[in-house]
Amino acid sequence: MEQLIKIMSEIRPDLDFEKETKLIDDDILDSFDIISIVSEVNEQFGIEINVNDLLPENFNSAAALYELITKMLNE
Amino acid sequence: MINNCLQYLEYNALNYGEKLALADENFGLTYKEYMEKAKIIGSFIAKKTNSTTNSPIAVLIDRNIASIVTFMGIVYSGNFYVPVDALMPKERIELIYKTLNPILVIDARQKDIAEEGTAKYEDILESAEIEEGLLKNIRDNAIDTDPLYTIFTSGSTGVPKGVCVCHRSMIDLVNSFEEAFDFKHETVFGNQAPFDFDVSAKDIYNSLKVGGTVQVLPKKLFKMPKMLVGYLIEKKVSTLIWAVSALRIVSDFKTMEEGDVPKLENIMFSGEVMPVKALNYWMDKVPDARYVNLYGPTEITCNCTYFEIKKRFNDDEMLPIGKAFKNTRVILKDEKGAVIKEKGKVGEICVMGTCLALGYWNNKEKTDAAFINNPTISAYEQKMYATGDMGYYNDDNDIVFASRRDFQIKHMGHRIELGEIEVALNAIPSLDVSCCLYDKENEKIVCFYQAKEECKKEIVMELSKKLPKFMWPNVYVHYEELPMNKNGKIDRVKLSETFKKSEEK
Repeated sequence: MEQLIKIMSEIRPDLDFEKETKLIDDDILDSFDIISIVSEVNEQFGIEINVNDLLPENFNSAAALYELITKMLNE
Repeated sequence: MINNCLQYLEYNALNYGEKLALADENFGLTYKEYMEKAKIIGSFIAKKTNSTTNSPIAVLIDRNIASIVTFMGIVYSGNFYVPVDALMPKERIELIYKTLNPILVIDARQKDIAEEGTAKYEDILESAEIEEGLLKNIRDNAIDTDPLYTIFTSGSTGVPKGVCVCHRSMIDLVNSFEEAFDFKHETVFGNQAPFDFDVSAKDIYNSLKVGGTVQVLPKKLFKMPKMLVGYLIEKKVSTLIWAVSALRIVSDFKTMEEGDVPKLENIMFSGEVMPVKALNYWMDKVPDARYVNLYGPTEITCNCTYFEIKKRFNDDEMLPIGKAFKNTRVILKDEKGAVIKEKGKVGEICVMGTCLALGYWNNKEKTDAAFINNPTISAYEQKMYATGDMGYYNDDNDIVFASRRDFQIKHMGHRIELGEIEVALNAIPSLDVSCCLYDKENEKIVCFYQAKEECKKEIVMELSKKLPKFMWPNVYVHYEELPMNKNGKIDRVKLSETFKKSEEK
C-alpha cells in the first residue's frame, strides 16, 4: 500500500490519497493521471491492469486500487 | 439570407420542433424547447442590461446542455458568450474577467447554489418570459460581423488571450463542413470537447446546421474507456469530432477487442498530431467510418485544412493536415514573407478568409502581431493569420505539419504556452528561476527549476492555485544552479540534452 501511495503521490503531489474516496466520481483524477498511474503500477507491481479493470470502483480510492492489485498478484 | 447563427436554431424549431436537439447524462431538449429556453434567457439579459449588445457575457460551464442553451440565450440578447470552466483556479478566472470585463456572468452549472454575483440558469428560466418585441429589435439591428463567442487560450506572458469570433465565420465553417462531409439530419454528434474549447463549437453549430442531435458525453467516460464505448453504442452516436488525445484513450487501452463496436460514420480529430498506430487501431475496429484529420487554431474558427484518410498509413508515416476548406486560403510563407510553392520546403502556415477571428478581445497589440496584412498584396488590405505552425507540401500537395516556431505546445489536446507556466513557476517564493520543456516522445511537460532544495510538492501546490491541471508539469528536475548560455539566458539546449541522456539510462 505504501508503494502505491508513493506512486500516486508522485503523479499528483497535491492530493492526499489516504483520504480521497471519490477520485473518479468527483472528477479529481483526469485521464492523464489514470494513464500515468496504470503504467507505473503495471511496471512496479509486474501486473497487467487492462481496459476491463478501468472502472470507477477500482479507481475511486487508493485502497480500492490496492485491492485490485492484490487480487491480480494472487491470481 | 443567413446572417445570424440563431436562424439555424429557428429553422429547426419550426420544421423539426419535436426532434431531440441536445442531450446529456440526465436531460434532453427538443429543438422547440431549446429555442424557447434560449429566448427566455435572451429576453432576461436584454431587460437586465437595457438592450446592451455586442458585450461579453461569461458563462460558468460544466458538461450539461444548460451551458449550450445559455450560449444561445446570450446570442439572442445580441451579446456574445465566453465559456469559463469554474474548476479552473480562481486566480486564472479573475485574470480572464479582468481582460474581459463581462457585463454579466451566468452560472449554467448543475449545482444547487450559484457562484456569488452570478445569475443562475434555472432562476432565469423560472422568473423571466419571452419578450418577442425586444428580441426582434435586437435581431433587426444585428450584422454578421458581430461577435458570437470569445474563447480564452494560453498566453505566453502569463495572461490568457480571448479569441473573438463572429457569426459570419461560424456560418462559413458549418457550410464548408456540410459540403465536405455531408452531415445529415440523422447525424448524432458525440460531444467530447469541453465547452471552453472551440472543438465543441463544431458539435454545437454543425448539428444546428443540419438539424442533428448533440449528445454531451460525461467527462468520467474518458477515464473509463470501456464505459465510453458502451455509451456511444447506447446513445447511437454516429459522429465524433474529438481531440486526438480522447480517441487515443480508446486505442491505447485496446478497448474494442471484444464486444460490440459503435456504428460510427465520421471520426474526425484535431488538436495534435494523430499517431498512425492509434489511427490504425480505430480503422481496424471501425472500418466503415470516414476518418478525417482536421487542422487549425482557434483564431481561424476551428479548422482551416482537412485530410480525409482513404488509404492505410504505416506506423512511422506522418498524417498530412491536407488542403484548405472551401472559401479558405492557406499558404506557406518563408522567413522573408515570400510564398513557398515547392515541395518539401518548410514555411509558416498562414490563413486567409472569412474564417479569421475578429482578433484578441481588448488586446490590440497581440491582435496586430498575429493578424497581419497579407504581405504579397499592397493595393488593398487582406488580413492574414500567421499561425506560428510550420509545415511543408508533400508529393500530393498536401500540407504536412512540421513544428512550432515558438514555445507553444500541444499537450493532451490543450494548447499551452510554456512561457505561461514559467511565469507562474517563477512567482513561487522558494524557487529562484525555472524553465519548461516538452518531452514529445513521452508527452510530458518537464520543469527544470533552480532552488536551494528540492521542493516539488510546494511547487505543485502553488501552481494549483494559478494554472489549470493540464498546464502542470509532469516531471520536475531540481538544479541548485541552472546552466546558462553565452547570452546569460537559461541554456534550454543543454537542459534538453542532459534530460534526454538521463531518460535513456
